[in-house]
Amino acid sequence: MADTVEDVKEASGAGEKTGIVVSSSPHVLTTENIPRIMYSVVAALIPAIGVSVYLFGLRALLLIAVCITGAVGSEYAVQRLRGKPVKAWDGSAAITGILLALTLPPGFPFFGAFLGSVFAIVIAKQIFGGLGYNIFNPALLGRAFLQATYPVLITTWVEPFASAWGVDAVSAATPLALMKFEGRLSPHMALFFGNVAGSLGETSALAILAGGLYLRYKGYINWKLPLGYLGAVAAFGGIFYLINPARYPDPLFHVLSGGAMLGAWFMVTDMVTSPTTPSGQWIFAVAAGVIAVVIRLFGGLPEGVMYSILLMNAVVPLLNRWTRPKVFGEAAR
Amino acid sequence: MAPSHRTLAGEITKGLLVENPVARLILGICSSLAVTNTVINGLAMGLAVIFVTVASSALVSMVRKVVPGGVRIATYIVIISGFVTLADLFLRAFFPDISKTLGPYVPLIVVNCIIMARAEVFAAKYPVVPSIADAIGMGAGYTWVLLAIGAVREILGSGTILGYTVLSEKVFTPWTVMVLPPGAFLTLGFLIGLINYVTMRRARKTR
Repeated sequence: MADTVEDVKEASGAGEKTGIVVSSSPHVLTTENIPRIMYSVVAALIPAIGVSVYLFGLRALLLIAVCITGAVGSEYAVQRLRGKPVKAWDGSAAITGILLALTLPPGFPFFGAFLGSVFAIVIAKQIFGGLGYNIFNPALLGRAFLQATYPVLITTWVEPFASAWGVDAVSAATPLALMKFEGRLSPHMALFFGNVAGSLGETSALAILAGGLYLRYKGYINWKLPLGYLGAVAAFGGIFYLINPARYPDPLFHVLSGGAMLGAWFMVTDMVTSPTTPSGQWIFAVAAGVIAVVIRLFGGLPEGVMYSILLMNAVVPLLNRWTRPKVFGEAAR
Repeated sequence: MAPSHRTLAGEITKGLLVENPVARLILGICSSLAVTNTVINGLAMGLAVIFVTVASSALVSMVRKVVPGGVRIATYIVIISGFVTLADLFLRAFFPDISKTLGPYVPLIVVNCIIMARAEVFAAKYPVVPSIADAIGMGAGYTWVLLAIGAVREILGSGTILGYTVLSEKVFTPWTVMVLPPGAFLTLGFLIGLINYVTMRRARKTR
């Protein structure tokens, strides 16, 4: 902790003559910092990025690059314009860009992807005050904006391995759309390994799981959130499967298809937009999972993960206040 | 008892920017968001509101000394709804298409906060001529904000302006979100931000 004491000394400007540092707590600091955590998340996303490039060709990589450029560039621009310290390189904007790209269809136009990442950073994050102040997950809000802006383009999917550039490929339906509109189930193994049509990074449950478990191992995400979310999706979807197996898909399909995996491991667990209290986290994750299944089974859209997380993001401040743990010795209210 | 330090021109121009009803006082937001998906709708709505504001402010100002305080709000509503009915019937008779697209928002001018606010805070206290000047300024301020929001939403949402194509579908895919309600909120938010920025810079300069 020698360097820590030096840091404190430097920051307080005291103790230069006496060698004694007088400072308020905390006195023991961790070596963790924002860039370290953020770049660990980027590392955790590498399997999903790799699978998306393997399935959908180099265009997937370009789409991700465009989104990162848009996100980091607009973060830099806004911080310069507001006269704030420029922290565009801390990795948080890069994550927003990557996550947004991973939720887009492989053939999505580059301009639209750029627009979405600028919206995600400028409107969803910086207007609220920047990192730590945003109410909604920026990447998801960027995607919600693109869904409202280009409703046709964002639901135009292609088969994996169709073309290196993805644009001239035959359009295809996602497993969830096949289930909803034609009543056809995709095989579980294809969903697990990702050999289905869908957004760049959401198709392969295996790749996402690898990244998510890595983050869990590093201790950057709370196990309650992904477990509560996926558990609620499986349990609530399972109720309907038990009622009528012919009409409703099985719980495993719910968990493996669409954005459930990506959302559970990388978006529900967003440190900024999830509750801080243990019981709040359970309520947040379970309610979001239930909403996702309700939208999938009874809503107009085949997929409900995005709106389920955004809806629950909106009530996080209330959950934090409502579920505040009692301080030891505090009288009952 | 006209205020001596204020000029008629000042009464008109204050509504345009410094006391703009939509962007500064945040009044009349409902209609500003609902009817601004095209420029022409915003224009029709703005002109209807100018007419109603000017006419009702003038009448409220005329009767301000004979109306007892306890029934003044009821009196304003009767006066305003009279003029709104006039505007509504006029639009229906001469511009049936616009009347149809504006739907219930023309009759709803009755409950538009801007007109009520001008009657209560201005016309009920000042003579007829300043009241008319104030109403013209407020109506014009409302109208230009509607036109601005309408222009942004029509260009980005449909690629047209006043119905003429300015952005071809070949080079620009219209942003569907801009003709939907979120587009109205986003555009109004940016406009208010811009106007606040301009007025803050002005205030800093004059200080």
